[in-house]
Amino acid sequence: MQWGSASEFFAMGGYGLYVWTSFIATALCMAWEVLALWRRRAAARAEQRAAMLGGTDETAA
Amino acid sequence: MIWSKYSVPQAFYPLAGRLIPWFAAVAVILMVVGLYMGFFVAPTDFQQGESYRIIFVHVPAAWMSMFLYVVMAVWAGVGMGLNARLSFMMAQAIAPTGAMFTFLALLTGAMWGKPTWGAWWVWDARLTSELILLFQYAGVMLLRTSIDDVRRADRSSAVFALVGVVNVPIIYYSVQWWNTLHQGASVSMATGSKMAATMLMAMLIMTIAFWMYSIAVILARVRCVMLERESLPTWDEKPAAMPEAVEAR
Repeated sequence: MQWGSASEFFAMGGYGLYVWTSFIATALCMAWEVLALWRRRAAARAEQRAAMLGGTDETAA
Repeated sequence: MIWSKYSVPQAFYPLAGRLIPWFAAVAVILMVVGLYMGFFVAPTDFQQGESYRIIFVHVPAAWMSMFLYVVMAVWAGVGMGLNARLSFMMAQAIAPTGAMFTFLALLTGAMWGKPTWGAWWVWDARLTSELILLFQYAGVMLLRTSIDDVRRADRSSAVFALVGVVNVPIIYYSVQWWNTLHQGASVSMATGSKMAATMLMAMLIMTIAFWMYSIAVILARVRCVMLERESLPTWDEKPAAMPEAVEAR
């Protein structure tokens, strides 16, 4: 381990802005993608359910 | 096990649903391990200082951007050859994730370039061809959304994807073919020293993590595409009248 303290870790030898921007941007993109897929799936399933209820098949309880 | 039966969307849909949690779990575990190795085990680079740690996201993102394009083009080609709708759906599901990794490769590259080269961006062969890859992903996706007929959209974007695959070897070999500011391939730099070994290990673990993440996300997206495209209501939630059917989730 090469970090003397937490502030040293976050400073990244003076490159903190560049290093943390890179990692945080990557994390945000991935989180956004997963969230967007979650919502897309919910919307697709809601639409499917609506189509199912509107259809002739009334046996689905 | 007969694999060809999973080429049918109705069979592939539940299979993908079962696989997603496993790929996602492996991705999370490997990311934690890779980040720990990247920040706490890999030593400071004697030339670049701490800024080199950006490679732990930059290189995996750049590799994925190229790799996913080739996979997308292969699915597009298979779709064209066999007229298989699942192949086109796979190609459609890959494009946004590939575009995201291309964007991240360019962004993290700029973050590395500014302190190292003194410039966010230079028009060198590697950077320019990677930017073109981003436009190609955008083109594949825009072409699809601009054509209403699904079958025509499938084929048009497949042709676009296949023609554009020529750019991938150009990106990959650009650092050899032209005199670029971007450095050459570093994976061969592992000369057996402990320092290079832990750096390389962290980078490879992050690459496998991004790979697993991509598979999980693409399988989730292809399931969405199936739900949106096909109106078969019994895929996901079986009616109570059919309790004997094996459920995916």
